[in-house]
Amino acid sequence: VSIATLPAPALPQPRKVRQSPQELLGRSLAILAAVAVAMAVIFAVTPLSGGLGWAICTYAGFVAADAFDNSRSHGKVVAKDRVATVLVCTAGLCTIVPLILIVFYVVKQGLGGVTGAFFTETLESVGPADPASVGGAKHAIIGTFEQVGLATLLATPLGLLTAIHLTESRGRLARVTRVLVDAMSGIPSIVAGLFIFTMFVLKFDQGFSGLAAAMALAVLMLPTVARTAEEVIKLVPDGLRESSLALGAPQWKTVTKIVLPAARSGLVTATVLGVSRIAGETAPLLMTSFGSDGVNTNPLHGAQSSLPLFAFQRVRAALPTQIARGWAGALVLIVLVLSLFTIARAVAARGRKGP
Amino acid sequence: MSDLGLLVEQARPLPEPRRIDPGLTTGDKAFKFLAAAGASSVLVILGLVALFLLVDATPALKTAGFKFLTTFEWNPDGTPAAFGIAAVMYGTTMIAIIGLIVALPIAVGSALFVNEYAPARLGRPLVALLDLLAAVPSLIYGMWGLYYLQPHLNGSSKWLTDHLGFIPFFHTTRPVFGSSMFVAGIVVGLMVLPIVASVTREVLSQAPRAVCEAALALGSSRWGMIRSVILPCGRSGIVGAAMLGLGRALGETIAIALILSFNFRPQTEILAPGGGSVAGLIANNFGEAGEGQRHALVAAGLALFIITLIVNTVARLIVNKTSKGKME
Repeated sequence: VSIATLPAPALPQPRKVRQSPQELLGRSLAILAAVAVAMAVIFAVTPLSGGLGWAICTYAGFVAADAFDNSRSHGKVVAKDRVATVLVCTAGLCTIVPLILIVFYVVKQGLGGVTGAFFTETLESVGPADPASVGGAKHAIIGTFEQVGLATLLATPLGLLTAIHLTESRGRLARVTRVLVDAMSGIPSIVAGLFIFTMFVLKFDQGFSGLAAAMALAVLMLPTVARTAEEVIKLVPDGLRESSLALGAPQWKTVTKIVLPAARSGLVTATVLGVSRIAGETAPLLMTSFGSDGVNTNPLHGAQSSLPLFAFQRVRAALPTQIARGWAGALVLIVLVLSLFTIARAVAARGRKGP
Repeated sequence: MSDLGLLVEQARPLPEPRRIDPGLTTGDKAFKFLAAAGASSVLVILGLVALFLLVDATPALKTAGFKFLTTFEWNPDGTPAAFGIAAVMYGTTMIAIIGLIVALPIAVGSALFVNEYAPARLGRPLVALLDLLAAVPSLIYGMWGLYYLQPHLNGSSKWLTDHLGFIPFFHTTRPVFGSSMFVAGIVVGLMVLPIVASVTREVLSQAPRAVCEAALALGSSRWGMIRSVILPCGRSGIVGAAMLGLGRALGETIAIALILSFNFRPQTEILAPGGGSVAGLIANNFGEAGEGQRHALVAAGLALFIITLIVNTVARLIVNKTSKGKME
């Protein structure tokens, strides 16, 4: 009898029921709305003003209020976690804002200038008073294709050989080279230009030319190609190499017939990434190809223009019509570079999935 | 001996043993040589850069002597010629530091976001877009910074100097903003953001997963795990990433040349027009440079080359060490 009437042992506190993500989101949104309205009221009655200021104050107020709400219901640890989550997510999403702003602004400024004439005319007979619709960048487009093409011809073989050496052989040279390739990828582009200027333009007395520009661009392109190619060649399974060697193939045949074909799409990516790295370079061109207003199809001799140089010099001319031409050049350039980059990525993604 | 006659039958001469030739085939020798030659092109090019810059800079370095590093003036064509990189080096450093202050927190945040918070569905496109940002040419950053960002930053600059003017850097006596180290620094920060973010992402993903799981199993929140495991493991890697960004920021040219209005004194007011940059100075003055000026500019370029080479190499060594050594 007595057993039945014993007082039941006290239960431990049940674990607090957490809110579902939906409830949590709803609560946060409610707090955000409340803070936004409160800030709007504060901005209306005090001398504070400005949309950006309001956004920043609302954001800071939201983080504080949300932290307070969470610390009341879940304690300090959860509140800290919430603050960190909000800040980290903001930083993550912040990274794409500049890209969107830049691309939209360039399109907005440049779209009016990209007409048929932009691709078929030059600046040779354009006076300072002519409207922006007169004249074009035909000479610059020709120059860009020739210079980038030459630079690719110079840099790709060297970059691929470097990558092959880095992956297929061990030893001191490979270790040193890896460090040097990294060091080289950090060379400021203007230093590459100065180098080609002092060596090729002055010492070898070649004068300004598209080839000089291509050499400076090749110096900048080489490390990009070498690093990317090294990464993709490393991905080729060792089993393929070993089977080839076990069947008696010498190393050079193994590399040329097995390894490089297996890494083919990755090598295309490496080259195109290198091209997109240099296509927009401006600084080294100032002292190597110098720029001109007319067509010069011979890259081996004489000053030559190119899209980045065209845009830079138009903007520097500081006349509204010239700046409009500069923006058109910038738009064509950014479309060129970003599509090259996207192609490189697409090829790489297809290569990963297999043929 | 004679009773063993049967056994001492004349031994047959052995066939020649197969000759062991550890040497490579001619094809392989040629292949090795070619690859090594390609790889040493990197060494040769770097050596040639140093050599030709040094040769062309020598007249200027002789004229200026040791003062080249300490003179706050740029007048190489004057009589007497007085020039040094102290002012532009100061400006370059200030701009790079402002850039890093902008880029580093966003980079670390985005690295954590992609690694720890975002689902792969969201993280992967984010990384692709960030890489796309890295492909935008310097010139376009410069034009965007000059025509879009600069007018939009005027309000913030005014607010900073009005309310935080007691901090020396934000103080300004002239009510003029723009063409300043502040604007240039923010643009440079956006330019180096992709590389800092991608290296940070890589080093932060090296934190041992088992230790992260242990932290969570002990009841840590996600932020607790990040603070107690991921950030301590990646600390030196983040330093390396920041230094890589610094190396890039020091060499930025066209964007700064477009935005900044140059002067040659150590200006602490980052919001007011003025400042300097080694690379921007070269880009601005090279076109009209006479003989003396050119030698001086090449000398400045040589200094920039040496500094970026050191910063980049040290940064890479730090990053590589972090990525390779599996921390426990």
